[in-house]
Amino acid sequence: MAIRLLINLARFAVTYVAATVLVFLFMRAIPGDPAQIALGVNATPELLAQTRAEFGTDRPLVVQYFDWALGLPFGDFGTSYVTRQDISPLVLDRVQVSLILVVLAMIVALLIAIPFGTLAAVKHRSAGGILVSGLSQLGVAVPNFLAGILLVVVFAVGLGWFPANGWTPPGQDFGDFASRVALPVLALASVQGAILTRYVRSAVMEVMSEDYLRTARAKGLGKMEALFKHGLRNASIPVLTVTSVQLAALIIGAVVIERVFVIPGLGSMLLDAVGNRDLLTVQSVVMVLVAITLIINLVVDVLYTILDPRIRKAS
Amino acid sequence: MTTQPAAVVRSTRRRPAPTLLIGAALVLLVVLAALISFVWTPYDPVQAAPADRLQGSSAAHLMGTDRYGRDVFSGILYGARITLLVGLVAVGIALLIGTPLGILAGMRGGAVEEVSMRAADILLAFPALLVAIMFGAVFGASTTTAMLAIGIGSIPGFARVARSGTLQVMSTEYVLAAKASSQGAFRIARRHVLPNIAGMVVVQCSVSFAIAVLAEAALSFLGLGTPPPVPSWGRMLQESQQFLGTYPMLAVWPGLAIAVAVLGFNLVGDGLRDKFDPKLNGGR
Repeated sequence: MAIRLLINLARFAVTYVAATVLVFLFMRAIPGDPAQIALGVNATPELLAQTRAEFGTDRPLVVQYFDWALGLPFGDFGTSYVTRQDISPLVLDRVQVSLILVVLAMIVALLIAIPFGTLAAVKHRSAGGILVSGLSQLGVAVPNFLAGILLVVVFAVGLGWFPANGWTPPGQDFGDFASRVALPVLALASVQGAILTRYVRSAVMEVMSEDYLRTARAKGLGKMEALFKHGLRNASIPVLTVTSVQLAALIIGAVVIERVFVIPGLGSMLLDAVGNRDLLTVQSVVMVLVAITLIINLVVDVLYTILDPRIRKAS
Repeated sequence: MTTQPAAVVRSTRRRPAPTLLIGAALVLLVVLAALISFVWTPYDPVQAAPADRLQGSSAAHLMGTDRYGRDVFSGILYGARITLLVGLVAVGIALLIGTPLGILAGMRGGAVEEVSMRAADILLAFPALLVAIMFGAVFGASTTTAMLAIGIGSIPGFARVARSGTLQVMSTEYVLAAKASSQGAFRIARRHVLPNIAGMVVVQCSVSFAIAVLAEAALSFLGLGTPPPVPSWGRMLQESQQFLGTYPMLAVWPGLAIAVAVLGFNLVGDGLRDKFDPKLNGGR
């Protein structure tokens, strides 16, 4: 088991480092001198040289890479060439907002998916099960920003229950936070919930056809009882896989949802930086998003090892 | 009691063609819209007509007009073209790069497999949308960057499917026989592996197409896809946002179009998956 964990860690490290190189090289692929862009065409050579030294872009590319990449794990992202401000405090501020959104959405999505998916599997031949399957199929086809817009049309514009957009930090005014976070979380969670429902359904269906469940039934356990005692742990493994994949998808989905609901998260920061051609900020925020994705994958791989005795013993 | 497991398996397999049929019908609808837009649209989809702005549905404007007086129905028809173009090119890129990579990884094993699967893992950490945002930052927004980015983002999916299929085929006796009769690796790949994993790859095409449609819509919505004035569903949706209080139908039409396209390709993928061996696609 220890060896397996080490392999997981090593894979994570290799993937992470490769990702930093990829992102760095890609963002430097464009021609153009950041100092020249910042100062305009009329800058004097002295000022240009001074600005280059200030940005650190006069150094070799390898040195620039290590300067950036080694700062990343410590939350040091450097200074934006466009706003001339330190990127780190803003990232740390924004990442909290995005994580709140993503974690809440995943919790709500699982609260939708686990009961409904199980129901759809257990009653897969009755009207209720077919209805759930059909609805989840429909939900998968709705992009989250469309779900967001429809929710705004109904609950903000139509019924006036929630504000249409905006953000309040939970520490500042919790009631206001709750009312503002409801629609974006629901927009993300409804689509994720639909996707996860399908996976929960097929995982439970698969488990229900296993021999050990038949044995449990033969022992005299009821259908649900057998499922709870023997089935759900086994069904949890494929669901865990897809949850991790979907968590990564949620982080990207949040980028779009933040745009719909004007929420100051990482996504808005990224898109604003793209708009301003603030490449160092784009590079850093992209890397934060990728790192979060990789960390989720690592955690899930470790969880597997703990959950599944077959994997645990294999090493 | 003993018949129960068999019944469960059979019922998933017998799940009849409706999914496939409905999906195919929806896809056909989108394809028809795109084809029709080449020869006819009720109005010029990019022609502004300030006098007719923000009208509701009527006989003259089936889906009403937007804030510049452009006919929404014409825009939806034309937008189908962009959606299908981006989907086709993106899936094409992913298919042509991902499938051979996956087959290679599955047949060679060892270092080749480890390297190509790690490469797929790295790419997997960059979802299509993120790649597209990076492309947009560096090269500016265009249909081409959107297609490229979504295509690159879809490669790992194909590589994984092709690899797991190849691994299964390689363990069969007919491949062993082919090896024993000293057939070359390329011949085995072409004669035995490719035909046997084709079904799974076709399913992946359909699923990836749905994802590409979603990604394209999201990119256009964010202003990183097809630039104006060419109509695209995502941007129509984005432009509708300021009129949600007054003209919500402006959001509903492009939203419906996106949902129909995604649902269509998803259902076709599901239907085909049921048609081919369902067990084959159960894994990661």
